[in-house]
This record gives sequence, C-alpha cells and structure tokens, in this order.
Amino acid sequence: MAVLAASASAPPNSRSRRPPRQRSTQSTRRQTRAAYLLITPFLVVFVAMLIVPLFYSGYLSLFATQLIGGQEFVGLSNYVQALTDPSFLGGLGRVGLFLLIQVPIMLVLALFFALALDSSRVRGSKAARLAIFVPYAVPGVVATLMWGYLYGNDFGPIAQTFRALGIDAPNLLANDTILGSMMNIVTWEFVGYNMIIMYAALRTIPTELFDAAEVDGASEWRVAWSIKIPAIRPAIMLTVIFSIIGSFQLFNEPNLLYRLAPNVIGNDFTPNQYAYTVAFVNQDVPYAAAIAFLLGLVIMIVSYVVQLSTQRKENLS
Amino acid sequence: MRTTARRTALSLGTIVVTAGLLLTGCTSPGSSTTDKATVSQADIDKALDTPTKLTFWTWVPDIENEVALFEKKYPKIDVEVVNVGSGADEYTKLRTALKAGKGAPDVAQIEYQYLSSFRLTDSLADLTPYGAADLSDEYVEWVWNQVQTEDGSVWAIPQDSGPLGNLYRSDILAQAGITEAPTTWAQYAEDAATIKAATGSYISNMPGNDPGQMVGLFWQAGAKPFGYDGDKTVKVDIASDETKKVVDYWNDLIQKDLVSVDPDFNDSFYQSLSSGKYAGWVTAAWAPVFLQGTAANTSGKWTAAKIPQWNEGDDVSGNWGGSSDAVLKTSENPIAAYELAKFINNDPESTLKFATDQFLFPTKTDTLADPAFVDQQSEFYGGQKVNELFAGVSDTVDVSFEWLPFMDYVYSSYNETLGKAIADKTDLSTALQAWDDEVTAYAKKQGFTVE
Repeated sequence: MAVLAASASAPPNSRSRRPPRQRSTQSTRRQTRAAYLLITPFLVVFVAMLIVPLFYSGYLSLFATQLIGGQEFVGLSNYVQALTDPSFLGGLGRVGLFLLIQVPIMLVLALFFALALDSSRVRGSKAARLAIFVPYAVPGVVATLMWGYLYGNDFGPIAQTFRALGIDAPNLLANDTILGSMMNIVTWEFVGYNMIIMYAALRTIPTELFDAAEVDGASEWRVAWSIKIPAIRPAIMLTVIFSIIGSFQLFNEPNLLYRLAPNVIGNDFTPNQYAYTVAFVNQDVPYAAAIAFLLGLVIMIVSYVVQLSTQRKENLS
Repeated sequence: MRTTARRTALSLGTIVVTAGLLLTGCTSPGSSTTDKATVSQADIDKALDTPTKLTFWTWVPDIENEVALFEKKYPKIDVEVVNVGSGADEYTKLRTALKAGKGAPDVAQIEYQYLSSFRLTDSLADLTPYGAADLSDEYVEWVWNQVQTEDGSVWAIPQDSGPLGNLYRSDILAQAGITEAPTTWAQYAEDAATIKAATGSYISNMPGNDPGQMVGLFWQAGAKPFGYDGDKTVKVDIASDETKKVVDYWNDLIQKDLVSVDPDFNDSFYQSLSSGKYAGWVTAAWAPVFLQGTAANTSGKWTAAKIPQWNEGDDVSGNWGGSSDAVLKTSENPIAAYELAKFINNDPESTLKFATDQFLFPTKTDTLADPAFVDQQSEFYGGQKVNELFAGVSDTVDVSFEWLPFMDYVYSSYNETLGKAIADKTDLSTALQAWDDEVTAYAKKQGFTVE
C-alpha cells in the first residue's frame, strides 16, 4: 500500500524536469510538501497499526512464554521448533496441495468464462457475468455455512440425492474428502472474482488487433490463444499471486466447517488456523508469532519464484 | 510486482497484529496477596448506597430480568449486561482485557472448569472478605467445592450445574421390547444391541468433539484425572484405571456400531435427535429443556432416567457443564460486584426465575426443593416430573473433582487425540494415553510441576 501511495505522489517529480527550472523547483517543493501532508494520515495509521505491531510481534517471536515463570529470551528457537512441528508442516503441506490443485482449476475456469463472455457469442452475457460473479458477493461465512449444509452426510441434499438413486452417498466431510470439499467451496466463491479481473483486461485490448487477425483469417480460438491471452498476461499473473496468498491464508473455510466435522479438521488444518490455536487456546503468543512469520516467508518465496519464472519466460520470448 | 510481495508481508502482519496487540501492556501476574480482612456490614451498606456502574459479562439469555431484581433492590447500582460470546469466546476476550489492564468487567460468568485458569493469572477476587464462605451450606456440596478451594478461599458464586442423566425415546425402546431404562452400564450395552437389531436406531451418540461429556462420564466412574494446588503443581492422571474402564466400554460399543460417533451440537445432530437416529442421549440436567426446543416434533415420546451405574445398586452421577459468576480482581467496586454475583444466584426469587424461565439447573438447595420447580410436569416427557428426578441426581454427584488451570488446551488436545479416535473409530485406549502424554508435556513445557 505504501508503494502504491508513493507512486501516486510521483507526478510532481516528473513535472520538475520541465523548464523553466527556477520557478518549478519552488512549486515542486510546495507540491511535494502538500503530497506528504496529504498522505500523512495514511502513513500515521499505517505505521501505528501495521509496521509497529509487525516489528513488535517479530520481537515477541524471539521469546518463550510460560504460564508459570513468564517470558524468557530464546532467540530463534521458536522458529527451529516450528520447522520440525508436524502440525505446522502438515498444515503447510495441505495448503500446498490446495494451491497445486485448486488454483489451476479455478483460474482456468475463470479464464474460460472471461474469454467466453468476451467473445460476445454467449447470449445473455450480462446475466451470465452476474451469475458467475454473485458467489463472490456472498459473504464467505454464509457461503461456507451453505455448503456445509449441502455436504451434510445425514440430511444434506447431495447425500439424499445419492440415496434416492440407490447409491451409497459419499461422505463429503471425511478425512480423505474434506480438502476436495473445501477446494470446491473456494473455487465457487472466487471464480467470478478472477473472471472479472481477466474480463476487464480483455476489454482493454485494442480492437485493431482483432481486425488484423480477421483479415489474416485467424479462428476465434487462434485469436484467444495468440492475442487475448498474451495481452492479459499481467492480469492473469495478478490473479495467480492473489490466489497463492489466498490459499496459504485459508482460515474461514476450515474454521467454519469445523462445527460440522471437528475431528476431521482439527485445530491445525491450515497454518493460519494453527497459529490461531497456538495463540488463543495454547496461550503461546510468541510461538504463534513465529509461525505467522514463517508462513509469511513461505508465501513471499513462493510468490517470488512464480513471478521470477514467468518473467524469465517473457524475456525468452 | 515487488509491491505484491511487500503487500503479502503486510497482510501477514495483520494476523500478527492481533497477537501483538494482545501482549501490549502485558503485566506479569503479581504474587497473590489474599487479604482475608473482612469487609464490615457498614462498608457493604455504604457501597450499595453509592451510585455505581457495574459491567457484567454473561451469555445467559434474558439475564436482564434477574439483574433488574437486583437493581430494584439497590437502585443506586446500575448494571450493564454485556454478552461478548459464550464460553471460550468470552474467556479469550477476558484474557485480552486483563492483559491490557483495562476493559475487563466487574463480574464475569465463568464455567467451573475454567475458574482455575483465571486463578492462575491472579485475576479473580477472593470473595471470603465479603462473607462468601458463609453461603457454603446453602448450595449443593459438590457444586460448592467447585468454587471454594482447600485454603478456604471462595472464587465465584455458583449459578447453574449439569448433573448427568439419561434421556431416551420410550417409544423406540418399547419397539425393541424394552420397557425399563437400563440401570447398569452392562445392561445399557445389552439394550444397545437389542435396540439396534430391532429398530436400527443407535442407543445414543458418542461425539468426538465433546470433552465435557467424556469428562462427566469419567467423573461418574470415580476418576480424578486433574488437580491443581493453586500454585505451581498440577496433577495429570488422565489414563487411570477408572478412565480406561470408561473408554474401553465405549470403545466396544463404537466398534460394534451400537453407538454413533457424530459431532454434537450442530444441525445434523439436532436432526438426528428428532428423527430417531438416536434412541437416547446420555446427557445433563440442562438437556431436558434444550431437547424440547430441538426435537419438538417428538413431544411426549421421551423419558428421563438416572444415568446407568457401573456397579449394580450404586447411585452415583457426574457433572457436565454449569457456570459460576466471579468478581474480577481489577474491579473498582468489588463490594457491589460481589453483591451482584451473590444476589442473582442467591436471592430466592432470582434463582427460581433462573430455574423456571431460563431453565438453568439450580445449584442452591432450597431452589432444588422448591415445589414451583420440582413439581413441574413436562408434557414433552409424558407428564414426568423431570426436575424432581434431576434434583435427586444432584445429590449423588461425586463431591471432589478438580480441574487443570489450562482446560482450553486439555479440551483442544482431547479433540486431536481421544476425540479423533472416537470419530475415526480407532482404538480408544491408545488415544487416551496419547491425550495424557500431550497434556503432561504441555504442563511441563508451561513450567508446572507435574504429579
């Protein structure tokens, strides 16, 4: 956010290159001052509510706390402990799997819908756009509760349909199905959101390119593959990064499905949920802070690697 | 794109923020200086005649009615009732407020098993200076033992309790040819097989997410899994002969598919209670009215009975649930706060109101004997005097049962070990040992001496 704000205040600088020099430095200075004045309220809140607590929790993560005996400086041992903690690693593995399976499915679907709507071949495309986007407008809590009801083993409509057909109903909230059930909820929720980002990017492609393609006799598929997708690559990258972050930070869905399948989900299904348990149930705030920092590190590394690999591809082509 | 990476770090930060804020202004709990000097009646009268504003955190619905009785009697005291969530939600907020050093209420509802965790942080006011010890013979003995420690200090005033009993569908049992409720656990297991074979119903459900119920069953079996000396020594004896007996018993029923293992207190559970999937529920004294609300369509088909016994001819029960009202040490008006906690849980009109309007199972002996309470006949139970039955059960609860000062962890660990084994139908006795090991390790890590 700070970076965005800083770049928003960039124009005065670029303007300063314009002659005549003397007058502009004075006005530039005034403008710079005004810009800083304007972003001060944001900076104050930003530093007080984000930077300071961030550093404070980083500091906290270097301590060990005990119910008896209070706090003690232990250096990095919380981090060392977390790296061998099966609960933390298991959670990371689960969200990693989630990322590898759910994100590609969701983004391919979103891209498909965006291209379909953009091709203007779909009748009632406005209604379709809205229908795909609506789940995103449903609060995550409500969505999860609703799906929880649909998944219900005894009385859920899915199970009842199976039984009506005389087939054994699968338990969608069991140990080996819960992750898939969760992927389904998240896909349903966010496919519309990602689609809108891609669709908006598609609308900005200059129409001349399409005219040229038509002259060349390119098919609709060829246009999509060779013009549209490369043109919206930055938008797709954005959705990829958002999805990576979203996957690692899974919390609402496991937390809400917990009521329905408490022993299947447990208290360490995802790293975020585990950090919450450690802080508020085990009352070990420093360790929770260490887990949160490690999770942040993992997210940064994964996001960076993904970006780097796509940038390299761009450079090659 | 560096923006994104940084933003990631920031959004991560927000998770940590909450944790960070929690500890700001953290003060280490000072040594407990219990001042046993009594407060004189004059002081009490003066406090109650001074305009005072009290805050009371509780999740009892419509408790404003009982509080209104208090405010009517002491018009100068203004009580603000706040519901910040029930159980664990409240405790989390309470701990945060206590650590922050401000924002904590004067009086808070706390379940019996969590009192010691607030004693550990020296957050509760000892109520003996205000005369709380004199109330001891007005309450059921086992309940009073939950709020008074061996050194004579009283930490809260009992509000409600949940002695164990057995609710069952007499119509389903009759279908299976059973007319009397089982009196022993051995009989219960036999009936379970008969009912399953004849009707397809489970005799009851054993959830994997309800440590309170399991601990209640341990309590009935005479186990003493937990203990706390009020200082640095805890007792962890989760895997004992008594608990093994209980766990092996249920293990057998689960393996034979005679009890279901659904999580409790969610929609599916309520539907199973009303649909007849469960022919009964091993539950507590607060359940009869609760059930009336969740399974209204089965009215008249239920019967309440005492809990089955381990030995023929015994009459022992355990407890599951119940709360007390404690005065926080940070209260600036401890006298008025104590009088509030005492009044609503001691005044005959208020306690009867709790029992008959909010259906909190009483802890005070004269309310338990009040005809307005015990003579109530319940349509839902075919006209049975359910309150009378449970009032009798309350006297049979083992009087000494202690807790650990970190029950949040103990219960959370239960869900990961024994509870998980119940849900997955794996061997319960190894899981019981795992639970014991986890809790012992946690206690040691937290700096306690473990016995």
